[in-house]
Amino acid sequence: MTVEVRGGLRLEGVVKRFDEVTAVDGVDLELPPGKLISFLGPSGCGKTTMLRMIAGLERPTEGRVFLDGEDVTDRPAHTRDIGMVFQSLALFPHLNVAGNIGYGLRIRGAPKEQIAATVEELLKLVSLEGLGQRRIQQLSGGQRQRVATARALALEPRLFLLDEPLSALDANLREQLQVELRLLQQQLQITTIIVTHDQREAMTMSDLVVVMNAGRIEQLGAPLEVYRRPASPFVAGFIGRTNLLRGEAAGDGTVAVAGRPFDVAGGDTAAGDVTLSVRPEAAQLVVDGVPERNALPGTIVFVRDLGELFECFVDCGLDEPVIVAGSPRDWVPVEQGAEVAVRFPAEACVVVAS
Amino acid sequence: MSERERPTRGAYGVLAFPVAMLVIFFLIPFGIMVATSFYHRVEGAFWTPAFELDNWERLLHPVFLERAVFSIGICLLAGLVCVGIAFPFTYFLTRMRRRAHVTLLIVVLSALSLSEVIVAFTWYILLGRASGVSNILVWLGLMNEPAAYQPSFVAVLLGLAYIAFPYCVLTLYPQLTRLDPELTEAAQTMGASPWRTFWTVVIPIARPIIVAGFLLVFVFTLGSYIIAFFLGRPEHWTLSVFIADQASAQANVPFASAMAIFLTLLSLLVVGVVGLIESRTRRI
Repeated sequence: MTVEVRGGLRLEGVVKRFDEVTAVDGVDLELPPGKLISFLGPSGCGKTTMLRMIAGLERPTEGRVFLDGEDVTDRPAHTRDIGMVFQSLALFPHLNVAGNIGYGLRIRGAPKEQIAATVEELLKLVSLEGLGQRRIQQLSGGQRQRVATARALALEPRLFLLDEPLSALDANLREQLQVELRLLQQQLQITTIIVTHDQREAMTMSDLVVVMNAGRIEQLGAPLEVYRRPASPFVAGFIGRTNLLRGEAAGDGTVAVAGRPFDVAGGDTAAGDVTLSVRPEAAQLVVDGVPERNALPGTIVFVRDLGELFECFVDCGLDEPVIVAGSPRDWVPVEQGAEVAVRFPAEACVVVAS
Repeated sequence: MSERERPTRGAYGVLAFPVAMLVIFFLIPFGIMVATSFYHRVEGAFWTPAFELDNWERLLHPVFLERAVFSIGICLLAGLVCVGIAFPFTYFLTRMRRRAHVTLLIVVLSALSLSEVIVAFTWYILLGRASGVSNILVWLGLMNEPAAYQPSFVAVLLGLAYIAFPYCVLTLYPQLTRLDPELTEAAQTMGASPWRTFWTVVIPIARPIIVAGFLLVFVFTLGSYIIAFFLGRPEHWTLSVFIADQASAQANVPFASAMAIFLTLLSLLVVGVVGLIESRTRRI
């Protein structure tokens, strides 16, 4: 028996222009079936437009969209076999929960008993058993989100698309639903694309993160890979926080930052200007003298203890203060105004631009 | 009750203005009309205050009852025609680009500046034999000789729907602009064609406002008498034509008053029944 592979997606040279504004500026992308992929970027980066073109709600100005190898660029949304959860959820106010979930099946002309059975099954899947007869207006935010999810999955679509589905919920509920959605996706093995501007959400849920900026793809990779080895200063700054150090590479694996020598891991960088990214939790505070290599002297300008995290802002004479973060357990007591040094271990220095 | 919840004298003051307007411009005239409907008509003069039921008894004459039923029928029909055109029109208007949308809206609303007499005359000419639309059809070779389409039932219906159209659009417009486009998109991602989306999502969601627009047209056209008078034969005249005729030509204000009150009560009854049906069937 061959396992049916559904939901493989490929975009070729996709461009979308609205009058003078270019929302998506030449995207080539191939996504594997059965995975959860997130489009991550700031607002206006083109991620929602990409999703809408995949859904068939917008037509690309240029380029083609392929679904399971078939060119679907010219096929309108209602013939594409996709399920989508909208930002507003877009639940139908004139139908109850069961009516909403069964809408697609009703449109397809499925028999009544089959619709009822499928709706029951889906209600169980999203833990809303017994709420089929409720009106949408009687549901809480989290319940509405679950109804929208069930409704999008009712037709067993090839692609499951979510456009910032959790943005209207409060933080605790959002985290809970992120885990729920991820578990659901793993259970169903359905190709899923989620648009988000929340890097924690993307890291919680995804197999693959597509980081977008200004209509282009900045980086594509596994969440941790994108976090640890950001490909550009933008990615480094958008996925978590980072310290950016500008320096000059000698071409032999060393970089001079503010006149001090730095070793860079895997640093076969060509000679010239480079930017290094060092995560705050990878930087270290040194209180007894300035190490010769991979360190900068500075003055502590601000200290804060967040309970789970201790943070120190150090003015090292760069454009912005360097942030050093660590667990409060192994923290050396320091005070504002103290003269210290910050060490940037070679393995934590990532070249993000040259 | 806490201090804050108690209405102050100022709060009642705010109410005074609308209440005064309502009393002066609606309740008092209506009261006078109710009183007049019981007055005695003096042949060749006007009327004298009295309390007699003659005017109301005369209303029971089959001619007037038949006119009342006809009026309600044609106005309900005008409501259907008007909403049937205005709803898709307004829906597609709100889905257009901003500039086209505002321009069209202004054109439609500018029809409000036309008086009913001008509208009636324009249709009279357009549907007439001498220089009406049939001449264009003759010129195009589609017809052999020009024809007159008025006076006729359809001409009255058309005229009534025409004068109510801008009001109908104005009633539908605010709600339809607020209709979330994601609702129709959601229907499409679930396999509904644009046509099915319109029937299964747009119309059901907009149902209350469709009914409101329909009732508005009904009540509005029920009060029109110039359209029916110009574009119809006597058998197409609505009760309003007879009211106007009695009040001005026959100088029989008591009978005109009785008919006007009768028409008001009838229209209230229809509005009530339609409203009841709407609210009963909304939630299945």
